[in-house]
Amino acid sequence: MNLETPLGDEVLALRAGDRVTLSGVVYTARDEAHLAMMRQGIPFDPAGAAVYHCGPVVDGDRVVAAGPTTSARMNRLSGFLLDAGVRALIGKGGMDAGVTEQLRDRGVYLAFTGGCAALAAARMRLEGVFFSDLGMAEAVWALGLDRLPLVVGIDSRGRNLFAEVQARAEVAAGRT
Amino acid sequence: MDPGLYERIADATARACAQAVIDLPADVLAALRHARDAETDAVARSEIENILANIALASEERLPLCQDTGVPVVYVTLPPSVPYEAVLSEAIGEGIRRATATVPLRPNVVDPCTRRNTGDNTGPGMPDIHVRPGDRLAITVLPKGAGAENTSRVAMLLPSEVGRIPDVVVETVLAAGARPCPPVVLGVGIGGTFDGAARLAKEALLEPIDVMDDFESSLCDAVNRLGLGPMGLGGQTTALAVKVKRASCHTASLPVAINVQCWANRRATATVERD
Repeated sequence: MNLETPLGDEVLALRAGDRVTLSGVVYTARDEAHLAMMRQGIPFDPAGAAVYHCGPVVDGDRVVAAGPTTSARMNRLSGFLLDAGVRALIGKGGMDAGVTEQLRDRGVYLAFTGGCAALAAARMRLEGVFFSDLGMAEAVWALGLDRLPLVVGIDSRGRNLFAEVQARAEVAAGRT
Repeated sequence: MDPGLYERIADATARACAQAVIDLPADVLAALRHARDAETDAVARSEIENILANIALASEERLPLCQDTGVPVVYVTLPPSVPYEAVLSEAIGEGIRRATATVPLRPNVVDPCTRRNTGDNTGPGMPDIHVRPGDRLAITVLPKGAGAENTSRVAMLLPSEVGRIPDVVVETVLAAGARPCPPVVLGVGIGGTFDGAARLAKEALLEPIDVMDDFESSLCDAVNRLGLGPMGLGGQTTALAVKVKRASCHTASLPVAINVQCWANRRATATVERD
């Protein structure tokens, strides 16, 4: 299934484990960008937006490398984005139970394969930048995606694939 | 050291560094392909497909295959004809600075407390250089990313706990979860000293992963029974391989170190030519 930003209620039909592709503009944000947006406001229209946990390497107007960063660092920083209408968070490694609840009936977490910086860059075009004073890795970059391959890690019904896999691994290790 | 030799060492270091961050070694590529073919889980398979597509693109475009181009860990073999002197480290550092500017690499090296970035991937104690005698002058660069390194561990077991070694390995991977970008490669050091075990574990990552002995295979199978899978999304492949190195140790201790490596088990060697 191909999704296109701005996203709407179609994300509510997605289920954890579904494979999708995403096209359209997404916005990168790491720790510092989240803090800046909390202080100064969200610099893009958040309605139906997708936020990508990524600190890209940008050379002029070219995206050189843009793999995902660890999303869990943003566990406590994402609520205001979803309250403002953001429909998808994209990153690697999953997010916690708090974010899973915040996504309920609103949006999804989409996982992109960790380390795949060249693949990501090949599917992206640079569209703009906000908060460039935060530096290359921490700025909010607007990136135009062309069918980026993703997996639904957390759906809008409270299913968290990462948490399920981790729980099964604990059982397998005899830790329960 | 004569200036010609300094230049050739810097050049070889820069070449090995560039190759390491762009081209994954053949044994690692083969292990990933094998894992892709063996996976029955659709999500796990698609994750490995993404990894393989990424590797091919990076090689084609001559771009780093991951934006975390790591910190430089360097292994040097010195023939009897080359004296071991401080300028050797300077030449290797110069090679790292060149690679940082030309590839380019992400500047990752910072002061540990002020967190100020040096901007060129060198600094006090960095690159991390290990020298040993050998037949020829060769430089091996192992760029180590932080995601996997941060989940690594040293355990000081009791001498009576040899049987617990597999549990420590499995628990390390379980605690790491999705963070080290699995499928991982595990370097395991058994014996030596507290720091020696860690050094062995990292050296084990230099070993070819297309062969494992029975003990290594049993550790790898135990890790894969966790079912964490590629990126922690579930599947058969949590580890591509486990490599073990051993050293003698004190009769009263049993150090065990596990150095976790992401799927990008990067390493490359360049020989320093004679002039």
